[in-house]
Amino acid sequence: MNSRDVAIKVDNVSHAFGLEDEERRVSALENASLDIGRGELLSLIGPSGCGKSTLLNIIGGLMPAMEGTVLINGAPVRGPLPQTVAYVFQESALFPWRSVRENIELGLSFQGAPARERTGRAMDALSAVGLADFANHYPSQLSGGMKQRAQLARAMALKTDILLMDEPFGALDEQTRMVLGEDLSVLLAQTHKTIVFVTHSLSEAVFLADRVAVFTARPGRIKQVMSVNEPHPRKPEFMTSDKLSNMRNELYELLHDEIRKTMMGTEGVAPIAAAPAPKRAAR
Amino acid sequence: MKWGGKLVQRLVQLGFLVALLGTWHFMTATGTINPLLLPSVPSVWTKFVQIVSNGEYWPHLKITLYEYLVSMCIFVPSGLTVGYLVSRSRFTVRTFDPLFSGLYAIPQIILLPVYILYFGLGPGSKIAVGATIGFFPVVLNTIAGFSSVDRLYITAAKSMGASGFKMFWSVMVPAAWPVVLTGLRIGLIISFLAILGTETIVSLSGLGHRIVTLAELLNTSLMFAYIIFAVMVAIALNFVVSTAEARGKRH
Repeated sequence: MNSRDVAIKVDNVSHAFGLEDEERRVSALENASLDIGRGELLSLIGPSGCGKSTLLNIIGGLMPAMEGTVLINGAPVRGPLPQTVAYVFQESALFPWRSVRENIELGLSFQGAPARERTGRAMDALSAVGLADFANHYPSQLSGGMKQRAQLARAMALKTDILLMDEPFGALDEQTRMVLGEDLSVLLAQTHKTIVFVTHSLSEAVFLADRVAVFTARPGRIKQVMSVNEPHPRKPEFMTSDKLSNMRNELYELLHDEIRKTMMGTEGVAPIAAAPAPKRAAR
Repeated sequence: MKWGGKLVQRLVQLGFLVALLGTWHFMTATGTINPLLLPSVPSVWTKFVQIVSNGEYWPHLKITLYEYLVSMCIFVPSGLTVGYLVSRSRFTVRTFDPLFSGLYAIPQIILLPVYILYFGLGPGSKIAVGATIGFFPVVLNTIAGFSSVDRLYITAAKSMGASGFKMFWSVMVPAAWPVVLTGLRIGLIISFLAILGTETIVSLSGLGHRIVTLAELLNTSLMFAYIIFAVMVAIALNFVVSTAEARGKRH
C-alpha cells in the first residue's frame, strides 16, 4: 500500500493492564501492526480479551499505547481527535438527559461546530439513519436498535474521515443486527469513510468488511488478515451466499483454537469428555 | 372501580384522616377527655381560621422561614461544593465518604447545647442546627452522584472533543443531577423539621416557640391550631420540593 493511501498506521503496538503489580500484569496486545487504507472498512475479530477494543481505543486516542505508535494521516496519535475520528460504542452511549437531536447537537458543540449548523446537521444525520421522526424522543423511549442508529447518527454528524465502531450491535438480537448490518453497509458505501469495526460475529465481520483482521488469544497478536473482495454496498443476498459462508468457515477455523485457548486460560474449560455424575442436591 | 387503583388508595387515606378527626371529635364531644388537654374540633378550627385570616401567624412564621432560608444558604452551596470536590478523586471519596456517612449516622441534634453556647438562644442556634442537619444528605448524595457517573458518557464526550468546563457542565452535572437532587430534597425537608423542632426545645421566637408558649399558657385550642398550621407548612414544603425534584428528574 502506498503510504499516502494509508489512513491509519498501527506500528508495533503493545499494551498491558495492571501497571503496578508485575505478577498480575495482563498483556492485552502484543506487537500489533496494521495499515488501514483510506476508505477501507476493516473489522477486528478475535476471542474475548484479545485486545481488539484496546487497539480501537489506542487508535482513537482514548488510551495511550504503552509501546509502539499509531499514525493517523501520518501524524502520531496523542489524544482524542474529534475532527478526524468519531466513535460508536457497544452500549448506548447516548446522554439520557437529552433528546436524540440534542445528543447530536451536543456532540457537534463538543467538536466545535458552529452553532447555526448544528440542528441542520443533526437532522440530516437522523434522516440518513431513518430516525427523523424520533428526533425529539429521549433515548429511554427508543428500542436497542434505534439507540444504536441514533449513536451512529451522532458519530456521522461529526463528519470525520474515520469511524471507529466497538461492537456497535453487540447488545442487539440477531434479527435487529442483520437489518442494521444491511443498512450500515448501504450507508457507509455512500460516505467513503475509513472504518474500523470490532465485532464478535463472524458473519457480520465478513458481511461488512473489506478486510478482516483475526486476533490470537491473549496476549492478542494479529494472526491473519483476510480480504473479502466484494463491492459495497453489500446486498442482502451476500449474507446467504456460498462465498460468505466459505469465508465464515475459514474464519471459524482460524479462531477456533484461539477461543479454546482463552477459555482454558480463564475458566479452565477443557473439551467435554465425560460429564461427572451429578451431585445430589443438598437439603 | 378496581381494587388497588389510585382512587381507592386516596379514599382509604382520606378515610383514615376522617376517622382520626371523628375519634377526636367523639372523645371531646362526650367529655371523655379533659378539653384542657384536647380541645374540641370546632374550637381548634375557629382558632385556626382566626390566625390565618388575621395574619397572626406571620411574625412567628417569618422568624422560622428566616432561619430556614439562612441555613439553606449555608448547607446547599457548602454541601454541593464539598461533595463535588470530594468526588474528584477515588482517594478523597474513599476517605471522606465514610467519614461523612459516620457523622450522618449520629444524631446531630446533640450539638444543640454547643450551638446555644456559641450562637445564643435566638435564631443563630436554629440556623446552625438546620445547616448541620441539611448538610449531610446534600454532601453524601453529591459525592455519590458525581463519583458514579457512567464512564461511558465521559469517554463518549471525550471522543467528541469535550473537556474542562464543557465536560463538567454538559456531562458531569446532568449525569449526577438525579442523585444530587434527591440529596437536596432530603436536606431541604429535614433541615426545616429540625429548625421547627429546635424552636420547641429552646428559643426566643418562631413557630415552634409559639407552640411551646401556648402549651405553657394552657391555651390548647390555639396551640393545636398552630400545630395544624405548622403541619400544613411542612406538607406544602414537601409538596414544593418533591414536585421540583420530579420535574428535575423527568428523563
